[in-house]
Order: sequence, then structure tokens, then C-alpha cells
Amino acid sequence: MTRPEIRITDLHKSFGDNRVLRGIDLEIGQGEVVCVIGPSGSGKSTLLRCVNLLEEPTSGRVFVGESEVTDPDVDIDAVRRRIGMVFQQFNLFPHLTVTENLTLPQRRVLKRSAAQAAEVAAENLARVGLSEKADAYPSSLSGGQQQRVAIARALAMGPEVMLFDEPTSALDPELVGDVLAVMRMLAREGMTMMVVTHEMTFAREVADRVVFMDGGVVVEDGAPAQVIGAPRHERTRHFLSRLLDPAMAEVEEGTPGEVGTPEG
Amino acid sequence: MTATEVKQDRPRPKGLTRRRKRRLSRGLQYAVFVAAVIALAATADWGRLQNQFAEADIARQMFPDVITLALRNTVLYTVAGFAVAVALGLVLALMRLSSVGPYRWVAGVYIEIFRGLPALLIFIFIGVAVPLAFPGKEIVGGTYGKAALALGLVGAAYVAETLRAGIQAVPQGQTEAARSLGFSPARAMVSIVIPQAFRIVLPPLTNEFVILFKDSSLVLLLGVTLEERDLSKFGRDLASTTANSTPILVAGLCYLLVTVPLGFVVRRLEAKAREAAQ
Repeated sequence: MTRPEIRITDLHKSFGDNRVLRGIDLEIGQGEVVCVIGPSGSGKSTLLRCVNLLEEPTSGRVFVGESEVTDPDVDIDAVRRRIGMVFQQFNLFPHLTVTENLTLPQRRVLKRSAAQAAEVAAENLARVGLSEKADAYPSSLSGGQQQRVAIARALAMGPEVMLFDEPTSALDPELVGDVLAVMRMLAREGMTMMVVTHEMTFAREVADRVVFMDGGVVVEDGAPAQVIGAPRHERTRHFLSRLLDPAMAEVEEGTPGEVGTPEG
Repeated sequence: MTATEVKQDRPRPKGLTRRRKRRLSRGLQYAVFVAAVIALAATADWGRLQNQFAEADIARQMFPDVITLALRNTVLYTVAGFAVAVALGLVLALMRLSSVGPYRWVAGVYIEIFRGLPALLIFIFIGVAVPLAFPGKEIVGGTYGKAALALGLVGAAYVAETLRAGIQAVPQGQTEAARSLGFSPARAMVSIVIPQAFRIVLPPLTNEFVILFKDSSLVLLLGVTLEERDLSKFGRDLASTTANSTPILVAGLCYLLVTVPLGFVVRRLEAKAREAAQ
């Protein structure tokens, strides 16, 4: 592993009495693609949101590049400019066209000129294969197209790290492929990526490492072939068997971590 | 028509069927309506009413001043008042949503007070009490400034509550997306949330404009010159000099000239918003 781009040490996060993260230690190297998997309520989305401080950790430290995100004196807006984030619900700005979605943040946050912002926007729309939708409004796009625009919007800011929060979970199955193809391209280009996902095929083929979380802790962390192919822990095996073959799952009492935990 | 054939085979039910009941009820309602119209037409003194309300000569005498002066002034008062109401209302809405307690309380108290007072009282306050309390000081813009201030103070309380609801209706994900792109909280509010909030509350905001348009008739309490008269004052003055009610009717029609199309616009906007929400 090269120098760690994301470093998380002893991270805890509670919502009231609900302890969602119970001591997470994780390092992600430069150019590494790490997929975080786990049952709903395992805290994987919360972990991701702690990396760019959309959630404030209860305790613990998070470093991205040279900066400590959790330092109360850090310029969080400056740190976030280096961290791109893609949401499950896309969160495009509905009152702006596709191009404006890409240019407004560049102009307001990075203070780029109109011409420069437009150029970067066009470049990134081309990368996700949506140049012809430049003047469309988000509501006229399919979910898959909206998510690709959201990725382009994050890329237009020139991030060093990309966070993906279940980017394909809100999509119709036939639209998932286009989004995953864009993510695959990014991975090949050497982007540092942290991806919370249920797409096991993507994790197996694209990820350098897979992290399995359950009950607010990292249960297993290793190469995809090992974590998905030959899991060491019973909890990982159990989760994977339910995920890969939901029809075979038996009715259980008190599924762990399923009770009232916010997800996404 | 198998259905009717089947029916004929069955014995006719006794008493009123559902179909006959419905017909009878509808007929009765028409009968009451027609009777009421006839009674009204018979009792009214049409000649006198026409002299009082629809005297063509007097109506003609009102033009073009009723449009170029009175309606123009009414629109000016309303637009100025609405501008003040939206500006002040936006500030109050943001104060209401502030994390700083005193801002929330001040805005809350303002909204409660000005929603609870009659607009008439505010106009008296601006027209009489303020000049007495601050002798020698003038509100900028003369009557127009005073009218804008009075209408703005009243309107701001309603606009604030409307905008607050609009801001809260913008999904949390919008703020999160903006923040994750590096927007500061203030910039995210101004560039992303507020434009969407205004879109959401456009129908109730247009409604508020209509209410201010009608309330602008209260400027007569500020003491207006001949040139500053609005529709109501203009109509009333002419009604008393001619001892005829036609000017009131004409002034009223001028109000409807604006409020009816605006009401139509509001309903269109609401329908569009409902469509978009689905």
C-alpha cells in the first residue's frame, strides 16, 4: 500500500443511545478501491458520511490526505473540495440544467471563470457519456443518467478521493450497468475510491479490498477473493449467503443490527 | 341492451328507486334556484339600481384617470409593499431557522404580533403614531414609502411563514450535496436551497400578493393627495361628489381586472406543482 489517502482511527458514532459505529480503524491507500459491504444498519453508510463530516463522529479521528477532517479548527469546506461524494438518491439540483449542475459549484466554490467551468463541465459530461444531455433538466433523465451526472458533478471539482454511498441501490436493475461502468473507468484511472455497495460482482472485479461491516465494527478486511470468495467469519458467510441467494434464507429471530438504525 | 331486458323481467320495485330519488332531488334543487332568481328580480327596483350603479355618463367620466392614476397607484403601492414583505419575510424566515436562539425568538414574536393585528391598525400606526413619535423625521418616499412600509410589515409575517415552510420542504439531500461539493452553509442556502424554496411557495406567494393588492386600499388612512389616490379612495371620492355609486362599481371591477387573472395563475401554478410532485 502507498501512503494512506484516508486514515480512520478508533471512530465511534452514536445517534442518542444507538451506537452505530463502535471503533473503526481503516486505511485506504492512494489509488486504492475499497468496497464496504454489510447488512443494512451495520453502519457502513454512517462510516462513509463521517469521512467528509456529513456526520460528526462522536469520537475518533479521520484524516484525508494531509488534513484531519475531525479537527475542529480545520477549514471543512476546503477539505470537502478534495472529496467527491455520490449519493444513493443522486441529489442533483433540480432547478438547474445538467451543465449548470456542474458549473455552479465550480464557479461558486472554486471561483473558476464561466468559460473554464463550462469547459471542465463538458469534459466530464463526455467522460460519463452524457454530452447530449448537457441542456436537459435532471427530471427528464433516467435514474442511471442522473447518477452519472452526479458523478460528473463531483469529478468536475477535481477531487482526490471519491466516496460512493450505495450509488446503484435506487436504480432499476437494467440501469445499474451504466453507472458501474463509469465507476470501473474511474478505478482504472487510479482514483482513490471508497464504495458502500451491495453489488458483489463489482466488488469482486473492481475492488482492491473488501471490508465487511456488521454491528458497527469491521468484521473482515481483505482481498475480494478472500472476503467474498472464502470468508473467514461466520457473520460474513451468513451475510453473503443471504445476499447471493435471498430465496434460500430462513426466517430468523432478531436479525442483528436491523432495529431502528438509520441507513443512507 | 341486455341489462334493460333483464330489468323488464323483474317486478317493478315499490316506492322510490335510487334513480328516481336522484332525479327528484336534482329537480328540486333547480326549482329552488329558479324561484330565488325570480324573487330577486321581481323585488329589485331595476331602474333605480341602474341609476345608482351603472350610470354610463359617470362611468365614462372616470376614464382614463381610474386606470392611469388610481389603478396605477394601487399597483405601485402593492408592488412596493410586496417587495418589502418578501425581503423582510426572507430575513425573518432565516431567523426562524437560525441555530441562534434570540434570532428565533425575535422572528417568532414578530410573526405572532403582525399576524394577529388588523392591517388597518398598522396603517393608522404608520400614518399617525410614527410621525408623532418621531417629529421632524420623514419616512423615505412619502406616501409611497409609508404604504410600502405598512403593507410590507403586514405581509412579511405571512411571507416569512410561507418561506420557512418552503425552505423546510427542500430535501435535506440538497444541502448535503452542496456541502459535500464544498459550499459553505450560507452559500448552500443562497445558491441551492432558497431558489428551490421560492419555486415551491410560488402559489401561496402569489396569493399573498393578491391579499396585499386588496389591503392597499387602506392607504387612505395615510392621508393621500389627489395624485396619490388609489382605486378605493378614487372611487369613493367620485361617488360622494356625484352622489352615485357607479364609481364604486367601476373601482371594484378594476380590482377584479387584476385579482381574477392572478387567481387563475395561482390555480395553474398549484396544478403544475401537484403534477411535478407525482
